Amino acid sequence: MTIDDIQQQIIEDFSGIEDWMDKYSLLIELGNELEPLDPKYKVDSNLIRGCQSRVWLHQEFAEGKIVFEAESDALIVKGLVALLLKIYSDRTPSEILGSEPRFIDEIGLRQHLSPTRSNGLLAMVKQMKLYALAYEKLSSKNN
Amino acid sequence: MFPDITKLRKDFPILDQSVNGKPLIYLDNAATSQRPLQVIDRMNEFSLKINGNIHRATHFLANKTTEAFECARGTLRTFLNASESSEVIFTHGTTESINLVAHSFGEAFINAGDEVVVSEMEHHANIVPWQIICNRKGATLKVLRFTDQGVLDLAELDQLLTHKTKILAVTQVSNTLGTVNPIQKIITKAHEKNIPVLIDGAQGAAHFRIDVQELDCDFYALSGHKMYGPTGIGVLYGKRKWLDRMPPFLSGGEMIDRVTFGNTTFNEIPYKFEAGTPHYTGAIGLAAAIEYLNNQDISILEKYEHELLAEATMRLKQIDGLTIYGEAPEKSGVISFNIEGIHPFDLGTLLDQLGIAVRTGRLCADPVMDHYGVENMVRASFAFYNTFKEIETFYKALIRLKTMF
Repeated sequence: MTIDDIQQQIIEDFSGIEDWMDKYSLLIELGNELEPLDPKYKVDSNLIRGCQSRVWLHQEFAEGKIVFEAESDALIVKGLVALLLKIYSDRTPSEILGSEPRFIDEIGLRQHLSPTRSNGLLAMVKQMKLYALAYEKLSSKNN
Repeated sequence: MFPDITKLRKDFPILDQSVNGKPLIYLDNAATSQRPLQVIDRMNEFSLKINGNIHRATHFLANKTTEAFECARGTLRTFLNASESSEVIFTHGTTESINLVAHSFGEAFINAGDEVVVSEMEHHANIVPWQIICNRKGATLKVLRFTDQGVLDLAELDQLLTHKTKILAVTQVSNTLGTVNPIQKIITKAHEKNIPVLIDGAQGAAHFRIDVQELDCDFYALSGHKMYGPTGIGVLYGKRKWLDRMPPFLSGGEMIDRVTFGNTTFNEIPYKFEAGTPHYTGAIGLAAAIEYLNNQDISILEKYEHELLAEATMRLKQIDGLTIYGEAPEKSGVISFNIEGIHPFDLGTLLDQLGIAVRTGRLCADPVMDHYGVENMVRASFAFYNTFKEIETFYKALIRLKTMF
């Protein structure tokens, strides 16, 4: 599936939910299901500091794809992190650079990805794109 | 006897609105309080009819503005019971007031080897400016600890205050713990050793009658927006004996006496410390807020706020896994807490969905977070326009949200 297919799927999963509490409950569920990040990766160099919640982002590059792992100390943020991982992990740099996380807007959670929200999510998206850019440059140099 | 809250709330039209489809419950008053119509109208009327720059011209509008600005200073003087208006300096707020003292008092009186004492429960604004001046001068910052209950250890204060101590800076009311500190006692102790005292009144000025002469504090800082006034305006009260001997903080227009390229002589206080065009519209709004408070029976409102706090504390304590940080016997309308297993950010986000505004995060008080070993807290803070019904709704919301985790 392409990045866009997955985004579409997420949008459909959420679109049937009318009540905001159920929407957040689903995010909390996703957060709870997210595999915890190995403690050795929960280090300051992987920390994306939001003012209120913290996100740790670890990445590895293999066979042309970036695998991201991440976690947050806040559960709602963790749920959104899980969605971002579904979309952006195990993708090539050009796939990552060519796609915006439009699903957040469409499932009515845009406020969580606005620059005025200090939850570290927007910074996480930026960081993932920076990694993608770096690996893209590196690959083109090596080729 | 309770005040007529329904009537009082009519003065605060902002409270009468829906947020996320629910009636707004505003419990973030320690961050900023709402403004009554009396303040909003006064500022509007001023902008519509009077605005001119102060102390600088002979025309009608400039004169009217100067008059209004100095009249506002007079209102603040009376409010604080300062012995003269010149001891009342307008600033941007408590943060600037404390920076002014740290910089200018520090410049004149703090030297290498000296010490400055602050408490562990201070807001960052009453820590960082002192840290900076101490680093610059080679002085040391000493810390007065508080107990887990949230009470300052006054016995320790006796040890901390020595001949090396140049100033003690302490808050009247903690923005995190709600503790009302015994500032009168603290000032007396410091003065026994000839140590001047700065009181951070950001959280105190809205709730208590202040008499700087009776307290005998050397400096008192407050913010307009935490006492039903506008943002961007605050006050530094300082005793003349210090202000006269302190060099200017900011420099520019108004604060000078005579400027040549070789030398500048400075204006008298308070103007020496009011460089540039001040936020006079804000000062006029702040004076209107004080007049508003003067028209209320403050002791009744204070008692009512206390009842709100007691009710909320009692309710929150019924919630399993909820920890309240700070339970000093003398406490103001602030409750900081955590619910086990729920991140404050998640709780704040969900409360917002229910129209309830609280503060979450580190509350500009990292040392308080460190004291209790937590990363964040949730804080509910009350004003006299909050109701028992709102507290009931808040309590029920917490119960409901808890089931989601």
